[in-house]
Amino acid sequence: MNSKNSKARLLQGNEACMLGALYAGVEFFGGYPITPSTEIAEGMAREMPKRGGKFIQMEDEIASMAAIIGASNAGCKSMTATSGPGFSLMQENLGYAYMTETPCVVINVQRGGPSTGLPTKIGQGDTMQARWGTHGDYTSITVAPSSVEGCFYETVRAFNLAERFRTPIIVLLDEVLGHMREMMVIPEEGEIEVMKRHRPDVPSEWYRHFEITPSLVSPMASFGQGYRYNVSGLTHDQDGFPTAKPKEILDKLNKLRNKIVRYSDEIVKLRTEKMEDAHIAVFSYGTVARTAFQAVKMARERRIKVGAIQPLTIWPFPDEQLRDMLKNVRKVIVAELNMGQLVHEIRRIAPRHTEVIPLQRYDGNVMTPSEIFDKIREVVK
Amino acid sequence: MATDTLQSERIHHYLRPKKSFPNVWCAGCGNGIVMGALIRAIDHLGLDKDNVVVVSGIGCSSRMPVYLDFNTLHTTHGRALAFATGVKLAKPNLKVIVITGDGDALAIGGNHFIHACRRNIDITTILIDNKIYGMTGGQFAPTTPGGKIATTAPYGNYEKQFDPVQLAIGSGASYVARGTVYHVAPLERMIIGGIQKKGFALIDTISNCHTYYGRFNKEGDAVAMINDIKKQAVSVKMAATMSEDKLQGKFLTGVIHETDATEFCDEYQAMCERVLAKGGK
Amino acid sequence: MAASSKPKQNKKNNKKSQDDRYEIRLSGSGGQGLILAGVILAEAIGVGDGKNVVQTQSYGPEARGGASRADLVISDGEIYYPKSMKLDLLLALTQEACDTYYPDMKERGLLVVDSNMVTQIPTKNYYGFPFSRLAREEIGHVMVANVIAMGAIAELTGIVSMASIKEAVLSRAPKGTEEKNSRALELGAKVARAAKK
Repeated sequence: MNSKNSKARLLQGNEACMLGALYAGVEFFGGYPITPSTEIAEGMAREMPKRGGKFIQMEDEIASMAAIIGASNAGCKSMTATSGPGFSLMQENLGYAYMTETPCVVINVQRGGPSTGLPTKIGQGDTMQARWGTHGDYTSITVAPSSVEGCFYETVRAFNLAERFRTPIIVLLDEVLGHMREMMVIPEEGEIEVMKRHRPDVPSEWYRHFEITPSLVSPMASFGQGYRYNVSGLTHDQDGFPTAKPKEILDKLNKLRNKIVRYSDEIVKLRTEKMEDAHIAVFSYGTVARTAFQAVKMARERRIKVGAIQPLTIWPFPDEQLRDMLKNVRKVIVAELNMGQLVHEIRRIAPRHTEVIPLQRYDGNVMTPSEIFDKIREVVK
Repeated sequence: MATDTLQSERIHHYLRPKKSFPNVWCAGCGNGIVMGALIRAIDHLGLDKDNVVVVSGIGCSSRMPVYLDFNTLHTTHGRALAFATGVKLAKPNLKVIVITGDGDALAIGGNHFIHACRRNIDITTILIDNKIYGMTGGQFAPTTPGGKIATTAPYGNYEKQFDPVQLAIGSGASYVARGTVYHVAPLERMIIGGIQKKGFALIDTISNCHTYYGRFNKEGDAVAMINDIKKQAVSVKMAATMSEDKLQGKFLTGVIHETDATEFCDEYQAMCERVLAKGGK
Repeated sequence: MAASSKPKQNKKNNKKSQDDRYEIRLSGSGGQGLILAGVILAEAIGVGDGKNVVQTQSYGPEARGGASRADLVISDGEIYYPKSMKLDLLLALTQEACDTYYPDMKERGLLVVDSNMVTQIPTKNYYGFPFSRLAREEIGHVMVANVIAMGAIAELTGIVSMASIKEAVLSRAPKGTEEKNSRALELGAKVARAAKK
């Protein structure tokens, strides 16, 4: 460093999400203004008209979610961005996207809740909502960056995962991350992979929009391409027609789960710091993960054998990988900006010898390094 | 001619007989009449099936797309127009038709309805207006007349009613018509007119629900109800010659409102071209 | 011109673990252009000087009227915690900001205040310059007080090169104000140089 960096730019987290989406080839954005995510919509309103893309400000978040699903079925890579209250409004149609296996990306820049809560302050209260927000059984993929650069890369990854698995992808940010500015270099075109939609190559009479293929992921035709398929939120057979047959219902629901669970190794992404010899681990995501890294650094300077684990994929939860990482860990501190959500997941998977210690803050402020550091010192005794 | 009865073979060309029949509608339901009119209108216009998208929400009428051999999107309750807006803006070359009911479009979907009208987006909406919730078993709707019985208005409905035609005109739709399931030939013409119109078109289609509405309110079977619809309907032309007294208890049919307002996708495209002409500024 | 007692220069801070971090807070009241100044400073440090920098801010209705602030963390390495922990430099343009944020400073951090606005100063270890008055009287535009302050900060700390801050200011300056902004920056550096002597 320490030289003029002509390629690096100072970008806001929300802006980096927007640029990541453009890099990934987003063609349609439908949204509704809400703090602290609005900069994403504003950026899209500026950029899309210049690039042959479509931007629409819908009448609410219900409509935004609906519009992007419609656009995705018409063949466009589509996305929306919102925060807590809007994310709640999107849930029913998000469920429709899971059921109809419609690829799209939903960014939720988390603020304090419940309800209107704290529009300009940080929270991680939507962690479980990203997993279980809509009614019924399904499996979600949720990714969560912690830096401006990460916002860019995780948004690109979200679009790739959406196309790869024909499913909606949630990107969880938080208010601090969405608004923070950092340096980053936008990769050149072609530098990172951008996945295209897997189109059918069979004649239209053979095409089944929800076909259970060996890989479990069905190729996807678009409206207007001659395939004339039916899409319905009703539980349907492989052709998309409503069914009440137990076998077909099971096949459909198992497909929704297994097309993700079977590939969780491919989806899971973790970052670790100083875990090699750690007896104590701090588990956290988003902005809190950065606090944790700082606290680990402070503790290491005092020769405490502590490490940090940050999931960049929250859902599916990295069960196997974490079990392995916690093998030699005596205590794991789960630091969250909520009243305890991921801590229950850690309790579920933690080895018997590993004590799970919650550390929570939910007053609208980000956890400080000294809070985590104090906890480390307390549990090391 | 659009009004010619299509050979059943020809009708089958637009249906999905193998998978989706028998249908869920009660014998005598007006939904089938509307579906027939829609098919004949599309056939008359010679639209390519591959370029037609039919979108619906939830309700009896919203089951229609499943039976039709187009690109079909059976969505969530009330949201058909929001989904359709995404389809249309994404691919403006597609012909987008929305099938909805009075509860779907005006209660849960009221917000999307007025905003689709306001944008004047090129979507043809056929609102099958039977004054009640049929799928859920006969609850009152925003269109149920005062005093009428429904399962959630057991002592008579005391709420005020929406007039979808006035709502659409007030919200900016460029083609607003009202047809009925009795007057099938004019209904076909209105659907043709709506599809041809560049902009938002509403065809409010008065229909019968004898299963619930008719039974609860002692209005008879399908034939009796459709006969009543015939008696109450007055064309815009006729109405001009009638006194206010004579118009009591009647409703207007025909193309009630038509203007040439600019269309949403055209406006978006024009904006993009302006921006690009200025070098993206 | 600059009434102040001279703070002792301290390169190495008290032994905390954030010694590879340099933390700045620009504070005052809403409308003084402090968030913009934070962004410009971050751009100068990041793009111009090629260091790592994170800029955060207090945001929303609570920032209006009351104390407003922009924070920067600067490092040659990876910056973990994005907010400030203990400030190396606090710029306070109002008494309220000074009162509120002074406790967040390192023991031997550098305090820079608007000497007309901040009259009760909790330490002898500070620099004071009449930024608003200089902006009004010397440059002819009160809105450039933040730019004068950036010039002073660059000169006092060396945390950003003059060339980089100038480039960053000019790239954000509205058309026709480039000359005023340049002069404001130079004026800030000049008064700071004089005070250091």
